[in-house]
Amino acid sequence: MTEHILEVEDLRGYYRGLFGVVHAVDGVSFSLDRGVIMGIAGESGGGKSTLAQLVSGSPPPLLYHEGGKILVDGIDIYDIDPERLRTEVKCKRMSYVPQASMESLNPVKRIRDFIFDVVEQRTGKRVRTKERKEEVLEMAGKHMKTLGLEPTVLNLYPHELSGGMKQRVVIAISTLWNPKLLVIDEPTSALDVTSQKRMIKALLNLKQIGIIESMLYISHDLTSLRQLCDRCMVMYGGKIVEIGDMERIIEDPLHPYSRLLTAAIASYDSKGKCAHELKTIPGNPPDLREPPTGCRFHPRCPEVMEICRTMEPEMVMVEDGKRGAACWLFTSESGLQNGRGAKGNE
Amino acid sequence: MNSDVVLSCENLTKEYTSGLVRTKTVLAAKDASFDIKRGEIVALAGESGSGKSTIARMILRLIEPTSGEITLNRKNINEYSIREYYRKVQAVFQDPYSAFNPFYKVDHVIDRSWGLRKDNLDDDERKDTIESTFNSIGINPSEVLGRYPHELSGGQMQRLLIGRSLLIGSQLLIADEPTSMIDASTRAGVLNLLLSLKKEKGLSVLFITHDIGQAQYLSDRVMIMKEGEIVEQGSVDDVFCRPKHPYTKELLGAVPSLYEKWDEVD
Repeated sequence: MTEHILEVEDLRGYYRGLFGVVHAVDGVSFSLDRGVIMGIAGESGGGKSTLAQLVSGSPPPLLYHEGGKILVDGIDIYDIDPERLRTEVKCKRMSYVPQASMESLNPVKRIRDFIFDVVEQRTGKRVRTKERKEEVLEMAGKHMKTLGLEPTVLNLYPHELSGGMKQRVVIAISTLWNPKLLVIDEPTSALDVTSQKRMIKALLNLKQIGIIESMLYISHDLTSLRQLCDRCMVMYGGKIVEIGDMERIIEDPLHPYSRLLTAAIASYDSKGKCAHELKTIPGNPPDLREPPTGCRFHPRCPEVMEICRTMEPEMVMVEDGKRGAACWLFTSESGLQNGRGAKGNE
Repeated sequence: MNSDVVLSCENLTKEYTSGLVRTKTVLAAKDASFDIKRGEIVALAGESGSGKSTIARMILRLIEPTSGEITLNRKNINEYSIREYYRKVQAVFQDPYSAFNPFYKVDHVIDRSWGLRKDNLDDDERKDTIESTFNSIGINPSEVLGRYPHELSGGQMQRLLIGRSLLIGSQLLIADEPTSMIDASTRAGVLNLLLSLKKEKGLSVLFITHDIGQAQYLSDRVMIMKEGEIVEQGSVDDVFCRPKHPYTKELLGAVPSLYEKWDEVD
């Protein structure tokens, strides 16, 4: 048993098609400890969802795994037979809930029949006898309860459920086999605030009662990441620009991009109106067909230096290796000092 | 005091009826009454399905209210001709991508707005007006004119649409979730633009949103809607810091904040 549930090493995933080659994930390395919820933040086009699709083991058409390793619970998922991936890794070690997954329920089947289909596919045995059906239903019903749903939803059709309920049903189905790792992509973005809160509480509950062990949670919404995650990484242009404890990234972002991203968010504060003016990040996300040379953020960075235009920064670990930022402001101890000083002058 | 009220709604109600024999009615808006003053940003917040957009559509004369009255500058909105009305009231919707025709350059949208203006400007005057308007929305005209919609970012398009309503010279802007499809990094630009237009041009805005954080940042007054009813309205500080209605409290309790974690709160 390894220490990390997920290890990603120098992962590259490109989209290839008539449009050219899009370097959507380009050299990403990180590891996720057991029992930790990791968030991925960033704006659209940053490579968050692509990373999740690569980790899921089955990238969609046009997306190709171009190199690098992904170890889920010690198993290199791009090195094993697809059948072994399906039977041994998926659902048991890792489940992936894609974006807009609530549309994946079959509209002409009741939830229970859909679950029978899923069980049949996973176990290879048809759910035919009455006892077997009841057994599955009992298990599924229990599971629904942990996500705050009544077991009676099993008898309903998808159109009878609200968006938040459908989303939770999908999560319940994907965690039926107690996967150690849950990869979940923007589960709350289509929901309004009250169902959002219910969803986040349900996910926390799943972890607390031990159905899942760790989670990789993707969202562009920093405020909901803040509520859920222990650690967080910020992605930009297909690379990780900063990684560290969630609270530290919000309180004291290191990389100029994460600093701008946190300053751009209007967050509700029960104590009164926020005093600072929101800032925009000038410019547009890069075209990843021809990513900018050097640091990918340099065309938009307010603290751009000469070296940023030509040389790519390495991830530099600070604070006992718990945090890292890929920026030339932090190349050495003195560079770190400079970077912090520059921030103070703002 | 009353003279600076731009828009006023009184007991606005909208019923949707479905079915032929066994009819079912849904109250999408129930007795909504509120005023919007000159140079004021009023936020209308609530969950999805609470009737926020229904109110916007009634104000925009896209649907007829079942009962109740809407007045603009103390004159019933149905007394205005459509042309005259849209000269005064303009809207920005959620999806900027669908507001532009992808086959035309963005100039087309700007050019068509000249028809709503009373004065007939010649080409040079038009150019000057475009220049000054675009400067006030923080867009360089050469950056956007002559381009196709797919070449612009969502934030740029949304700001262009706001700029277009300035070009027409409207008094009231109905902004129906204008930022929900834009990335966080450019979202602030749209919000700040609305704030500066309010200050400099005295534009009134009805800002419809489900994002409490943005409502708090932007608006002077807030209305909270639930199931078609405005359950609480008042100044931003009153509603968001000292909520009275139980639903408002519940809603605010569900908003994730960047600064505090739920477990620390409840």
